[in-house]
Amino acid sequence: MSGKAYIREMPKTTWWLSHSRYRRYVAREVTCIPIGIYTAVLIWGLMRLSQGALAWEGFLGALNSPLSILFHLVAFVFAIVHTISWFNVTPSAMRVQIGEDFAPGAVIIGVHYAGWVVVSLIVLFMAGV
Amino acid sequence: MAKSNKPIVWGLFAAGGTITAFLTPVMIFVTGLAVPLGIMGPEVLAYERIHDFVGNWFWKLVLFGIIFFSLWHAAHRFRITMHDFGVRADGVVAKLSYSLAALGTISAIFLLLRI
Amino acid sequence: MSERQVEVEILRYDPETDQAPKLQSYSVPCQEEWVVLDAITYIKDHIDTTVSFRWSCHMAVCGSCGMMVNGEPALSCKSFLRDYPDKIRIEPLAHFPIVRDLVVQLDDFMEKLNRVKPYIIPKEKKSVSDGQHKQSPAQLKAFNQYTLCINCTLCYAACPQYGLVPDFIGPAAMALAHRYNLDSRDGGRDQRQEVVATDEGVWECSFVGACSDVCPKQVDPAGAIQQMKIASTVDWYKEHLMPWSKP
Repeated sequence: MSGKAYIREMPKTTWWLSHSRYRRYVAREVTCIPIGIYTAVLIWGLMRLSQGALAWEGFLGALNSPLSILFHLVAFVFAIVHTISWFNVTPSAMRVQIGEDFAPGAVIIGVHYAGWVVVSLIVLFMAGV
Repeated sequence: MAKSNKPIVWGLFAAGGTITAFLTPVMIFVTGLAVPLGIMGPEVLAYERIHDFVGNWFWKLVLFGIIFFSLWHAAHRFRITMHDFGVRADGVVAKLSYSLAALGTISAIFLLLRI
Repeated sequence: MSERQVEVEILRYDPETDQAPKLQSYSVPCQEEWVVLDAITYIKDHIDTTVSFRWSCHMAVCGSCGMMVNGEPALSCKSFLRDYPDKIRIEPLAHFPIVRDLVVQLDDFMEKLNRVKPYIIPKEKKSVSDGQHKQSPAQLKAFNQYTLCINCTLCYAACPQYGLVPDFIGPAAMALAHRYNLDSRDGGRDQRQEVVATDEGVWECSFVGACSDVCPKQVDPAGAIQQMKIASTVDWYKEHLMPWSKP
């Protein structure tokens, strides 16, 4: 072969903008940021809880602020994106072979959603619905 | 080309991903949305009630588990995401992310023991 | 049989004369049942004999004709013109060096495929007089899906990690490693783990899943890699927490 093979550069930061499949992947990946921040909020809450009733009331007051409500709404949406994208890939990551065949993906995903509903209801019940 | 040590963090990432997938939405709702939006009354998050709940050893362990795995899931995924966005210094990003997760872990242990 | 005039843009590159690739447009009278490969063949036969491209079986089993069709990795023999508008852009498969026109250099894939030892490594040496390996239908089904790979490398073109990290072993090679690991006749997993349980093996994968999306044979290389990640993680804990246990 004479002449040089041509190597096409891949834009390292913006490659994912070019296709909806990659944009969906990035949307899934960035869910870690709100989830991480929420976990930090939980730890902060534990700190306020350990400091006594007055500190805890302060924390609850902060949770009532528009900024906090906005954050939790956004975090909630991203958490749902994470849940849906996680459940959707479980059939290919963990195949269940029963006899000769594999459990259908829809069944595996369905079981996860069912479990999610049950767990959520338990937490809501414990909270005092 | 030695075998990687990534399994350590990946195991935590996978466990954390599963736990957050099941629990995080409803937890965000209960702790951050239900009371401010008036869907549930403020007694849900009353000091005595929550303090008693977290004071219980079993729930302390459960809460720690949720916080621990959520931290390491988010840290690992954040590291990967930075790489996807073109940040080449993976060593630095990894140390930073996992340090934050470690900090959160130690804080959670310390605080849970105090309550 | 109705005809449609389709504008076909092909990314041309002549290594001896060009500094960079350039799109060249052709107007092709296409029959309604044609695939993209037929349109390119028409161009070569009737309009421009200099266009270079790979193809062979024309029925999606040889894996030769992989190209980017409107930005998506596809087999040109499996891309029906009726699914596309009147203007189609054809480029060589992404993430591989362009040799000439639509022909890419696949040496990197070939080397990686070879590295994962894609052949049965028996647990014990068996002589012909020992008889055949016996395998139940269930045992066959366990790995059958991963045998369907035709090495078309569309998955490498779709995988952003392969584009970002050229050392990445990649979807097809690892799906094939998995195919042999799952085969009940095989005993070579430990050897393959030395290759795939590395930072440039399964651990470079972030489960984008684009590879499985574009695979023309539904091999699901993404699933194969995740299964290997899980197995490797279990191994790691066994090795480090229970060093006395046999692998």
